[in-house]
Order: sequence, then C-alpha cells, then structure tokens
Amino acid sequence: MDFSLTPEQERLRKEFDDFFKEEMKNAPPGWGGSLEDMYSADEGWEFHRYMARKLAEKGWLVRAWPKEYGGQDASIMEQVIFGEVSAYHKSPGVDVFGIGLLGPTLLAVGSEEHKKEYLPPIARGETMWCQLWSEPNAGSDLAALATRAVREGDYYVVNGQKTWSSGAHRGDWGFAIVRTDPEQKRSRGLSFLLLDMKAPGVTVRPLLGMDKTHLFNEVYFDNVRVPVKNRVGEEGKGWDVTKAMMNFERTNVGMIFTVKRGLEDLIEFCKETKRNGEPLAKNPLIRNKLAQIAVEVEVGIALAYRIAWIQEKGGPAAMVEAGALAAASKVYGTELNQRFSYVGHQILGPYGQVKKESKWAPLQGTIESGFQQVQGMCIAMGTSEVQRNTIAWLGLGLPRSWDEVFKRPMAK
Amino acid sequence: MNLDFTEEQEMLRTSARDFLSTECPKTAVRELEESEEGYSKEMWKKMADLGWMGLVLPEEYGGTGGEFMDLIILLEEMGRNILPSPFFSTVVLCSLPILEYGTEEQKKEFLPKIANGEMIMSLALAEPSAIYNASGIKVKASLQGDEYVINGTKLFAHDAHIADYLLVVTRTTEGANPQEGITLLLVDAKSPGVTSSVVPTAALDKQCEVIFEDVKVPRKNMLGAPNQGWGIVKRLLEQATVAKCAEMLGGGQAALEMSNSYAKERVQYGRLIGDFQTIQNYLANMWIDMETSRNITYEAVWMVGEKLPCTKEVSIAKAWVSEAFKFITERGVQIHGAIGMTRDHDMGLYYRRAWAWDVLFGDADFHKEVVAQQLGL
Repeated sequence: MDFSLTPEQERLRKEFDDFFKEEMKNAPPGWGGSLEDMYSADEGWEFHRYMARKLAEKGWLVRAWPKEYGGQDASIMEQVIFGEVSAYHKSPGVDVFGIGLLGPTLLAVGSEEHKKEYLPPIARGETMWCQLWSEPNAGSDLAALATRAVREGDYYVVNGQKTWSSGAHRGDWGFAIVRTDPEQKRSRGLSFLLLDMKAPGVTVRPLLGMDKTHLFNEVYFDNVRVPVKNRVGEEGKGWDVTKAMMNFERTNVGMIFTVKRGLEDLIEFCKETKRNGEPLAKNPLIRNKLAQIAVEVEVGIALAYRIAWIQEKGGPAAMVEAGALAAASKVYGTELNQRFSYVGHQILGPYGQVKKESKWAPLQGTIESGFQQVQGMCIAMGTSEVQRNTIAWLGLGLPRSWDEVFKRPMAK
Repeated sequence: MNLDFTEEQEMLRTSARDFLSTECPKTAVRELEESEEGYSKEMWKKMADLGWMGLVLPEEYGGTGGEFMDLIILLEEMGRNILPSPFFSTVVLCSLPILEYGTEEQKKEFLPKIANGEMIMSLALAEPSAIYNASGIKVKASLQGDEYVINGTKLFAHDAHIADYLLVVTRTTEGANPQEGITLLLVDAKSPGVTSSVVPTAALDKQCEVIFEDVKVPRKNMLGAPNQGWGIVKRLLEQATVAKCAEMLGGGQAALEMSNSYAKERVQYGRLIGDFQTIQNYLANMWIDMETSRNITYEAVWMVGEKLPCTKEVSIAKAWVSEAFKFITERGVQIHGAIGMTRDHDMGLYYRRAWAWDVLFGDADFHKEVVAQQLGL
C-alpha cells in the first residue's frame, strides 16, 4: 500500500489552494460557506455566480467532464483533491445540481441534442439548476410521487407540487420526475423532464429554515407546458434516469473538509479565548472534545480516499462496495458535521447562540447557524436512515427493509 | 497512491486464515485461556515453520525480509481468530526494536532464535502507575561496575511468565525531563531475582507482574544508548499501537460477520431478526465502524512502515479503532441476545479482548490528549 500523492497531485493541490486563498478574499462579509449562505441572501448568490465564472475561466468548473463538453477528464482522485481544497476554503461556485448531478446523467443517458444544448452553459458557469423530486407525500419513498404530466401534442402539461427543492428560487432550470402514466404504479409510468423555472405556471414559495435562512422551497406547477424534447430517456422510463443520477460517484470528501476548517478555526478561538483566567485550550474536557473531532476528521478523509480508490478502479463488484461505502460516507460526513456543531456550541456556551450580525458573535456566527443548518444535511440527499438501510442491503446482504413485507425473504 | 494489497499479501492472508481456523478452533482458544502457559508449544513450532516469527526479519537473521504491512496482515488474522500466543510480545514488541536498535552482536544472538521459534520474549514496560508516558517509568537500574542492577515492579507485561528474555524499560537517571534517563535492558528471565506471575485478567491473556530484586544484567545487554531509551520506546509503541489496531480490525470483522450471520438465521415473530430495522441499524453502524477503522489503520501502518513522522496518525488510529472494536463487540452481544453473554459463546471472547486492548498502549482518552498536543492545544 502507498498513501502518498504523486508530485503532479501535490502540484495541483497547491494550485487549487493558491487560487481559492486569493479568490475567497472577495467573499461577502460573514460568509460561512454553507448552502444557506449561498442561496439565501443576494450577495451570497452573486458570489456563487462570480466563483462559477472564475472557475470556468480556469477550466476547473467541470473538471470531471469530458473535454468536448468543457471538462478535463479529471480522475476521481483529482476531483477529491479539488473538492477538499474548495470545501476547506468554503468556496461556492460548483452547482451541485447542474454539475454534480445533471451533467453526469446527461453524459450517461442523455441524447446528443440534450448534451449540446444544456452542458455548455453549465460548463461556462451561466445556468444554475435545481432538483424537483420530493413531494409532500413522497420523501424517502420517492416512487410514491403524484405530480402529473399529460401529453398534449409536442408538450407535456404538468400539474402538481414539489417540495424541499434547494435553491429553486435561484435556479434557472430544474430537473423533475413526474408521473406520465397514472395507470402504472410507483416507479413505473414516470418520466424525467427538464423544466425552465421561468415558464408560466411555475410558482416558487420559500420554506424558511429554523434560522430564517432561505434554502428550501415548495414549487407548484399549474398547467406548466414542457416541450416533449425536454424529456430525458423514454416516456415511462424516468425512474431509470433517476436511479442513474442517484448512483453517481460520491466520496463526500467536501463535508469532511468543511469540518476540518471549522475545527481549525475553533481551535484558534480556544487558544485565544480565556475563561476563568485560562485559555479554553487548557481545559482538559475541551481538549478531549476537540481531539475527538480531529480524530473523526482524519478517519473521514481516509474513508473518502478509499472510496475514490475503489471508484477509480471500477468494475461491478467495486461499484457495489463503493455504493455501500458512499452511503457510509454520507452518514459519517453529515453526522460528523452534527457532532462538530454540538461540540462548538458546548465550548462557546452562551456565545454559541449569537448571530453573525452581532458584535458579540464569535467565529462569525458559524456555530449559531451551523447547529441549525446541519439538521438538513442529515435529511437531504437520502436521510441517514435511508443510507443505513442501503448499507444493510449492499454492505451486509440483509433484506431490503423498505420493500413490501411479502417481497422479503421469510423465515423457513 | 495504491490502496490495494499485493498478491503475495492476499496469499499470506488466505494461508494464515486457513492455518488458524484449522489449528486454533475456539475450543482450543478456551483451553489455552484456561491453561497456565496460555499458548500451545506445538502450534508455536508450526508457526515458526511457516516463517511467521521471522516474517519481517532480514534473511541474514533467519527471516524472510517482509515489510511491516505483511506483519499487519498476519496480526489481523490472529485477531480475527483470537490466537492465544506470545507472538505479539515476542515479534512486535521485542524483535522489532532489537532489529532497529540492537548491536550486530545482539541481533545475531536474539533474532535467529526468535525466527526459528526457540526464543519467547516479553516487554516489561508498564508499571503499577499504569500510564504509557515516560514519567511512568520508575523501575530503577543502577550501573555497578560492568553490570546494571534492577529493582522494582513491572505490571501488565504479557507473557513474561513463559519468556526466555525480557526487554525491560528502566530508569537509570532522574532529572527534570522524564524522557531522559531511560535505558532498555535485555534481561535473561531466569536471572536470580526475577519473579514473574500471571495477574488474573478479564481476557485471561497472561499479563504478568514482574518483580525485580537486585537483578544483575551485563552492560552489553543494553539496547541502544544509555539514558536515551525513550526514543526506542516511542518507536516501538508506534509499531505496537498500530499492530494492535490491526488485531482489533480482525477481531471486529469476525464479530461483525458472526452477528450478521446470526441475524440471517435467528427467527422471532416468524421473521429473521435481520429483517428488523433496529437490528439492521446496529449492523450498519458496526459496518461503518469497521470500514472507517480499516482505512485509518492502514494509513497509520503505512506511515509507521515508511518511518514518517506519525505520532498524531498513530494516536488517531488507536483512539478510533479501540472505541470501534468495543462498540462492535458490545452490539454483537446485544444482537445475539442472552446466548451472546455466555462463556460458551464466541462473542464473549471478542468482547473481553476489546476491553483489554482498549487500555493497552493507552486508551482513547490518552491518545486524544496526544492528538490535542499535536494540534497545538
């Protein structure tokens, strides 16, 4: 075994690091790097778009994509390095929906027209996307969705409601999974549509987070006309597209580096701040808690590298293993963010509750926002429970507990 | 980066697993636990014949010149099977420091005998203070002419009761800095004044009290330089700590597999208990703990093997893996229900070792304090 990076990888890391260090000087005041910071206030969104353009200029925005669509065919390992440096510097710019999800999906199952039409503006950092999947009665059980699309000539007429759509109030376009055949049950009879968020009949309403930030939205469709050519995959086969999108390689390394950076800032704070005449850093309880987070950060990084290594090797067996490991890294990364927020709040005591606009707020209020925003991480993109079910299934070969009871193996 | 084992390493793993499951079934583990010596001479001989004791020793000392990672694979399998033997004491704790710090004469004297299974050794490091810092070393050795004279008590020295030689960490001078004034001595276990007796412990793993009363050791049996021994101890503790993590990986994997199999055969309410999400959740958490433990251990092992600065990484691995191993075995008992807590069931063998190995070479809190210092706190 050899855990070292190649000189080329080290050079890349340095190049990324220099870039982000310089560009992050342009971040708006109180910038914390969360999705809420990016989507909620106008200056956060402007900064995201600014960074997207800057990254596109460098040719780094869609590094993992093929060259003909503006990418660099970057290896997974290089993407991990990019992801960790970017997260460490709290940089926005990479649109998780357009670049992370839709792009790879179109590359895998999209038509030539779709690729030519949608990928270049994403690669230039011009169009931003949102996800229109969950519904009030279809959360983890997405296949229970009810939003209807009825074919009328060259159009689908869409009616219904989506929810929990992150950044739908900012997105130019959305990708939706809708029911085109109501006679078919669950995952059958669904279709996958690309939808202009400015189309008549689309209404976006905010769902404010408990800290009053605006990340999530409800999206209502009232006779929204979507051209048939905007359908990805065949009619009635939308679930296959959705599944392909869910399976895109993830190491979740960014989540870990967010904590790594947060921990460094918290450690500095503990060294500088005195309580009862002594720095917080000398308190044995605080040392223990900080060290525990540091342990968990390094453990998380080692896991991410393992996943990247397996994904890079490829092959069907590797993909099953990587599937379970990616589920593990999602649980691990989000719950680590949770534990970090709690530790930060414990250490800061009464100051942990002060919002960033106050002169009394330590660490730019990141702990105050963090312990509220972190709950969403453990729910979005597959709840911790869904991930653990996936591990039980793929990693341990246990029955799929979410299937109907009659489909599960019974005791002999 | 290359995170795969070599083909040879995979073969080593397979052959070790086969050998141990045939030669050391759990019935044998229990018998050896109850025996006075705590190991089987016959099995020890076979292990030597397989070249295990000399796996990482150079050929000139009777070994096969493997790398540290090879040893780690072997230890993982020993942990998986639970092998009661003085292998860890002899090979990890004593042969490695002799190889790295011994004089040519010492290497020639000790290593071939270790490699062929003739010599059993034990490290006498911890003391009644039960801490793994230099300040815990109080057993005194004073130079009188051409001999050191040792007085004091060592504790938790695995396998000292059957050892031919002891590697004893002594204090030779007292000063402001506890890391200075430590000297390592190779002591013939049959020397007059040495008394080793087994302390009864939860894992029945033959940890000894060793009393030294005016024990005379020739000066040539000093390992490394006088008063500079703490550097050797630090290095051997790094090796030992990640090696113990590897044993815990093996043990944890076995406990997880055992629990998973049980969940797929035990029926309640007409259903497999593995069909209940509560049990699946326990197993998923155990699985996450195993995967995370594996990667952080291998990384630390690689650093130790490459002799890179790794104080922080070693402590991170131990802090994480020992907690994980405890958690996995504890959940393992819970999943098995009442049968899991009986003497007859194998899960208890792992559970008891999880607790023994957690406190060995420093528990999670000890290592977190090391991490805190490394973070500049």
